[in-house]
Amino acid sequence: MKEIAIRLNGEVRRVAVAPNETLLDVLRAKLGVKTPKEGCGRGDCGACTVLLDGKAVRSCLILAIEVDGQSVVTLEGVGKAGPTALQKAFVKNNVFQCGFCAPGVILSASALLVEKPQPSEHDVREALAGNLCRCTGYAPIVATVLAVAKKSAKKKPASRRARS
Amino acid sequence: MSKTKIVGSSSVRVDGLAKVTGAAQYVDDLDFGPGLLHAVVVESTRAHAKLKKVDVSKAEKEPGVVRVVTGKDFPYMFGLYMQDRYIFAQDRVRFVGEQIAAVIAETPEAALRAAKLVRIDYEPLPTVLSLGEALKKDAVLIHPDLGNYQKVPWFFPRAGTNIAHWRKTRKGNVAQGFKQADFILEDTYTVPRYAHCPIEPHAVTGLFDLSGRLTLWASSQSPFAQRNVMATALKPFGLTHRDIRIVTPYVGGGFGGKAGVSMEIIAAVLAIAMKGRPVKLNWTREQEFMNTSQRQGVIARIKMGVKKSGKIVALEHTLHWDAGASAEYGANVVNAVGLSATGPYSVPNVKIDSVCVYTNMPPCGAYRGFGYSEFHFGLESHITRVAQAIGMDPVKFRRLNAIQEGDTLAYGAHMNPGNLRGAIDRIAKEIRWGRKEKAAKPGKAIGKGLACFWKAPAMPPNASSAAFLKFNEDGSLNLTVSGMEIGQGFLTVMAQCAAEVLTVPVEKIRVETPDTDRNPYEWQTVGSHVTWSCGNAVRAAAEEVKTRLLATVARAKHLKAEDLYLADECVKSRKDKKLALPFRDFVIDGIMRPNGNFIGGPIHGTGMFMPEFTSALGDPETSQGGHPNVHYTVGCAGVVVEVDKETGKLAVLKTALAVDAGKAINPELVDGQIVGGIVQGLATALYEDIRYGANGRLLNPNFTDYKIPTALDCPGEIVPIILETAQPDGPFGARGVGEHTMVACAPMVADAIADAVGVRLKTMPLTAEKTALALRGIEYDDVKGDNLGFCFRGRPCDYPFDTGGAK
Repeated sequence: MKEIAIRLNGEVRRVAVAPNETLLDVLRAKLGVKTPKEGCGRGDCGACTVLLDGKAVRSCLILAIEVDGQSVVTLEGVGKAGPTALQKAFVKNNVFQCGFCAPGVILSASALLVEKPQPSEHDVREALAGNLCRCTGYAPIVATVLAVAKKSAKKKPASRRARS
Repeated sequence: MSKTKIVGSSSVRVDGLAKVTGAAQYVDDLDFGPGLLHAVVVESTRAHAKLKKVDVSKAEKEPGVVRVVTGKDFPYMFGLYMQDRYIFAQDRVRFVGEQIAAVIAETPEAALRAAKLVRIDYEPLPTVLSLGEALKKDAVLIHPDLGNYQKVPWFFPRAGTNIAHWRKTRKGNVAQGFKQADFILEDTYTVPRYAHCPIEPHAVTGLFDLSGRLTLWASSQSPFAQRNVMATALKPFGLTHRDIRIVTPYVGGGFGGKAGVSMEIIAAVLAIAMKGRPVKLNWTREQEFMNTSQRQGVIARIKMGVKKSGKIVALEHTLHWDAGASAEYGANVVNAVGLSATGPYSVPNVKIDSVCVYTNMPPCGAYRGFGYSEFHFGLESHITRVAQAIGMDPVKFRRLNAIQEGDTLAYGAHMNPGNLRGAIDRIAKEIRWGRKEKAAKPGKAIGKGLACFWKAPAMPPNASSAAFLKFNEDGSLNLTVSGMEIGQGFLTVMAQCAAEVLTVPVEKIRVETPDTDRNPYEWQTVGSHVTWSCGNAVRAAAEEVKTRLLATVARAKHLKAEDLYLADECVKSRKDKKLALPFRDFVIDGIMRPNGNFIGGPIHGTGMFMPEFTSALGDPETSQGGHPNVHYTVGCAGVVVEVDKETGKLAVLKTALAVDAGKAINPELVDGQIVGGIVQGLATALYEDIRYGANGRLLNPNFTDYKIPTALDCPGEIVPIILETAQPDGPFGARGVGEHTMVACAPMVADAIADAVGVRLKTMPLTAEKTALALRGIEYDDVKGDNLGFCFRGRPCDYPFDTGGAK
């Protein structure tokens, strides 16, 4: 066992981990963070997606001991100050069905919008290609991510004007 | 039908915010504290063998292990429609993956380590891995005790064979029908097994507390059916219905795989073995593939006779289903198809034999579509071929034979309302049927396909629903039902039904997932029937609440109830325009009279629904005389594909689907079912390709090797179309649409491939490999090798359809 410290959703958390424990297991079983889900345990489904230093990764393929000192964001950390524009749009458009893939999808999409605020449809599909969803057929997810990106583009010039 | 305000609008899902914030809890998210025990199941590595010895001595000594349980501890059978399944294998194992023992330990790691130490001595038995082997004379029997199994009265197992059920439907006289025919086409179509692939694998935690009460927190579509099956199977422990409680939080996808009972009963007995401590049993992805249930494989022979005019005069449809080692649920799939395998067409002379066959493969059961996707593949492919052979446009042929309200069904009952012809016309227009299109790129060809579908819920004649509705002080309400929110939007639609009657905004109604102790009865969330069935119960509960609201105001204010009505969360009067009594002012505390007395009290209502016109008592030899199905939902789908003439690689350019929902209570949620169902249907048509080794072991139980679509593997355009021909006995005219949306996908793609490059694929999935081989004149069956993706070996055209001298 070794103690590691991670910045989890903005707060420093210390936890003792065994060298073979995955980040997913430590988050769920030791840190009480339940939104990363286990769907396959081998990196196929993306339900366990978290943001590691801002990048979307599969927490079932990462050993907890490797992330000592890094920042981890789960869905719990995304809507802390109220739902984001993306979360609100997902609700408004009735996008998710069973919702099991939603945490991973939202994190992958959020990471994409930070990296590439104006993605093409192909960019969105590619960014979400690691998040399996059996219910929605993806179309409403992709459309909503694109709509949110478009809306934020319209807003930005306005805010620049406000600053100048 | 009077105009509705909330029903018919796309209300925001009641579970929407919980699901995007992560507040929604699934079974494995629940905490049970440090006393929680973890279980791992030891599975058979043999497809068919006698269990000589199960040695758990080493496993028991592993540190952290608290107990190892085997079939000796729990020698009980269970099943939904037929009790042909053991909780743990007894004297023999019947498929690779069957549960033999379970290790219970303080940690998952200890349980896993110890499970590997359980030693099992097998004595091999001959395996039955294909339909041909199962049905041959003197076949090895998988269930020698078949004749003694408990079952529902509408199953007809044949003791001394591997036939678990045989549904026969006979209408008119097929021999004469074929004599009248100007053209007859006969051919064979095969559909392999498929896996449900919900992203959440099965998960259960059980607690048998010190007072003798068993609670299960389960990822399930069927809390009440589970309680009932368990109360039957676990009677030896003195457990009754009141002692068993099933709590079902949100479910991460079901698709039929979480209907009925599968591994949940293992968790139940492990909890019983560890009285006082909760025991968790989570299936791995591999187990999710191998030991819950799969969709049955089928080999279907179709003989269809038509007149030159295009009228179908006779249909013989013989289906042999690979049910696997247990048919406790799968036999009802076979039954449903045996009644409905005419498809949505009016056929005067019909002979259907739908035969459920045991094999040493993993058990099969309910899967979205309940057998209809499987038989539509052959039937709809066949119809296009028949139409083309007599020189008739396949769309015109379908319109001509389309079933209409009042037509006599194959089993003698009459068809409910539904606009199939309207659906065909909408789809033909949407995909510009009849217009040949040229591919933009060289080496590619564009093809179009169109297929119709129908489906009825398959349920016992007395499957029922109930609902409770109660007001809170502020005029908000709690609605309790036991249909399951498996993603389809059930809870939202139920809230809409109540909101419509009570003129309350949907946001003021809280409706949550079931708990069998607190929520009223629901049979199961299957068959796309809960919107219809439970919607009727909710509507009845809301009507009862409405009656009480009006009566309370009438009594307190000395008015006539018939002059009062509900609007904008108030009781209003037609006689006195000024009267508007908000619900929040009186629904708990009553109404004060001038003398200080209060009239009224907490207002609540209950509702129930049972379809009292159905009957499963049709003649076993003909299926005539009963009324096994409540109604059918009909529709049509079409697709435009681009096929690479060299590689066979296919891209879906556009697809459209029209379904007659009766009334779309929430159109956006219906669209969600259409889009999601099409993609799942296209996945079975194009990507998902299950493979078994010659020893009966599943070779691809993971998403690396069993491909379900990603966001990159979807059609360019999907057009959902909703038609509304009211279902007279449905809530606000609604009927189900959830499963239907994937039923037509495979045949429409097969037609589109044929249209594009001129090859007809008759075995699913319709992979690029098969198309490319066919383009080179190579029979896929000659090169497919030994991996059993199918439930037969050899060529489908050589498969012997011996229906045993059946009439």
